[in-house]
Amino acid sequence: MKRRDFIKLAGSSAVIATSGTAVEARQSHPASPDAIGMLYDSTLCVGCQACVVKCKEVNHMAPNPEGEAQWEMNSQLSPYALNVIRRYDSGDGSVKDREQDGFAYIKRQCMHCVDPNCVSVCPVSAMTKDPVTGIVSNDPDICTGCRYCMVACPYNVPKYEYHDPFGQIQKCELCNQPGVERISNGLLPGCVEVCPTGAIIFGKRDELLAEAKRRLAMNAGDTYNYPRETLTAGREHEKAIPEYFPKVYGEHEGGGTQVLVLAGLPHEKLGLPDLPDQSYGARSETIQHTLYQGMILPFAALMGLTYLTRKNMFQADDAAEDDKDNRQNSHQNKHQNKHQNDKGNGGHHE
Amino acid sequence: MSDHANIRPLGGRLLTKPVIFFSFFALLCVIVIFKRLILGLEDVTNLNGGYPWGIWIGFDLLVGTGFACGGWALAWLVYVFNKGEYHPLVRPALLASLFGYALGGLSIMMDMGRWWNLPYFYIPGYFNANSVLFETAACMTVYILVLVMEFAPAMLERFGLKIPLRVLNKFLFAVIALGALLPTMHQSSMGSLFVSAGHKIHPLWQSWEFLPVFSLLGALIMGCSIVIFEGALVTAGLKQRVPDERPLMNRLTAFIQVLVGMFIILRLHAVNISHKWAYVFEGDIYSWLFIAELALIAWPVIFIKRIRKNGPLLFMAAVSLLVGAAMYRIDLSIVAYHPGDGYQYFPSIEEVLLSFGLVAIEIVAYILLIKLLPILPGAATTNRINEFNRAEQG
Ligand code: SF4
Ligand code: SF4
Ligand code: SF4
Repeated sequence: MKRRDFIKLAGSSAVIATSGTAVEARQSHPASPDAIGMLYDSTLCVGCQACVVKCKEVNHMAPNPEGEAQWEMNSQLSPYALNVIRRYDSGDGSVKDREQDGFAYIKRQCMHCVDPNCVSVCPVSAMTKDPVTGIVSNDPDICTGCRYCMVACPYNVPKYEYHDPFGQIQKCELCNQPGVERISNGLLPGCVEVCPTGAIIFGKRDELLAEAKRRLAMNAGDTYNYPRETLTAGREHEKAIPEYFPKVYGEHEGGGTQVLVLAGLPHEKLGLPDLPDQSYGARSETIQHTLYQGMILPFAALMGLTYLTRKNMFQADDAAEDDKDNRQNSHQNKHQNKHQNDKGNGGHHE
Repeated sequence: MSDHANIRPLGGRLLTKPVIFFSFFALLCVIVIFKRLILGLEDVTNLNGGYPWGIWIGFDLLVGTGFACGGWALAWLVYVFNKGEYHPLVRPALLASLFGYALGGLSIMMDMGRWWNLPYFYIPGYFNANSVLFETAACMTVYILVLVMEFAPAMLERFGLKIPLRVLNKFLFAVIALGALLPTMHQSSMGSLFVSAGHKIHPLWQSWEFLPVFSLLGALIMGCSIVIFEGALVTAGLKQRVPDERPLMNRLTAFIQVLVGMFIILRLHAVNISHKWAYVFEGDIYSWLFIAELALIAWPVIFIKRIRKNGPLLFMAAVSLLVGAAMYRIDLSIVAYHPGDGYQYFPSIEEVLLSFGLVAIEIVAYILLIKLLPILPGAATTNRINEFNRAEQG
């Protein structure tokens, strides 16, 4: 490479560097003001599995053909189970909601993330988040089954129907997918409707977040009127405030979730990872935007490369031509030709 | 491109023993593909709800296209850095790249559950430019077309189609420039793919913003090494019928030296700035894998003087570099990937058969095509390269 070329290349790298820094980090998306959600209070859950059965019924799911019939106790989420209750056990498991020698329940389902990774990574926009309700749903008519959403979901929520050659992704769509549409019709999500203790309630995300904070702020041992179904359904029951682990899971985790979780022990123990406030998807998008915003960088690089290639290629052609001549002339004048070549005769010839 | 004038088909018998051996596995691969299409993924793979991506992505896509970077690495050397002496290596490398990418593409298609929806990747309004997988797939698609065009002169020459050849030669420089750029994009994306997996990737491999850099350097290391590897194999397999390209290969090691140096320094730097040394010295399987990856690519560089004098050692060095760089990608995508919730994954026999079968298809097709098409430099070129070397030194 000659000095002149080097300067040009350095010039285009400067373009690259400056345009690269111009892109700001992608901020976490805020929650829609009308975002709906659910609040799951693990300390109220009695592990009765009513929600699991109802979820299957509402979503027309067969009982798990691979596990033990209907009950999904401690099984994974699967294409047959969009909602499972898992049990945490430690030591002799004698006391509920205690980390040592205790047990606890956790409801696993799609968290309807505020800034969902699955939507960020879906290459064909088959995974979408409703701009108003914030419900995250999958459109099988577009989905390519690449399963990148499964890689990127921090909770391993989307499940693919491997058993079916025409299988699709299954996940909780908050009972509002075409054909079910409970939310649009003013009904409650299946799991909320049947929960006997109000462990899972439905409402607007900001109201549920306030409710969760209220519970954390109260003194353990006091009594509280716990609502069932929704905050305003008027179906309260009185119960003593337990010892809460002082965090509303989902307020900030991974950019926030619309399904919020309260528990009596650290959420990681229940399989909910401790996530940074910025979603992984936002972090990944920042990289992509830095490199590809407006395709300026690739275009600048392409221009530089085209210039160099064109130059070097036709020079190579000349060299080869010269080379052939050389051989014909029994290798005379070789150095002379090479010399000429170095001076660079840029023109193209047939 | 008159520089390819001395390149001609090798000719000779087609149904040799290696061809028959690899054809057998190629056939098994086709059977697995049919089984997958008819019965679904569950009957052929061990993929599950926690491990959505197995070796068809980790090996076939990430390593397969990594090994297919030979054509790209040489395009940079010959056309961008103007190292014309590598020109004779370009065509064989392009052919291998074309196969590697085409079959990598095929394996993602087999992995896609709903492959019939694939066109949405290319339809505006559907594709999602935020998705790294979209960037990877779209860019790979264009690159496969570029490879076809770069390789087309060999076909056109073979069938004596002078006019299309002349037309193609007029704008081939633009195609080559594009071919130099595109792998930079999608090969780095193959690392970025895993940023969104976040904590599911073991801390030693989850290097966030460094992932695209590591992936890019790894791709270049694989690209240069595969040229040495294939060159040595073809030379050994065809004895005396092709020129000895050792001097060229030796000089290629100088580039590898720089790349490996950068890779190792940055990899350790990433560990250092995020305070992950404890994981390196943990003594568990991950710390050993981390150390093994670095060792496999480090020794060829440390002993570079000895390697250059010794043909078999050079070959071993190339293999070691390939294994080390491939291990990095497999570890990142599979071994260091932990979805939690008690999920496990080990590839099924059929997954392995498909992966191996795709490699077998590549080998068979490569052997057949170098016999039928003008790809390898003929013996006559030997003198020219030596002349070139002497001229360079003199
Ligand atoms: S929990 Fe997973 S599937 Fe549900 S919205 Fe969040 S990232 Fe998507
Ligand atoms: S599997 Fe479907 S929904 Fe999930 S990322 Fe791929 S295309 Fe999108
Ligand atoms: S909202 Fe509906 S789909 Fe989701 S867990 Fe509850 S019942 Fe199941």
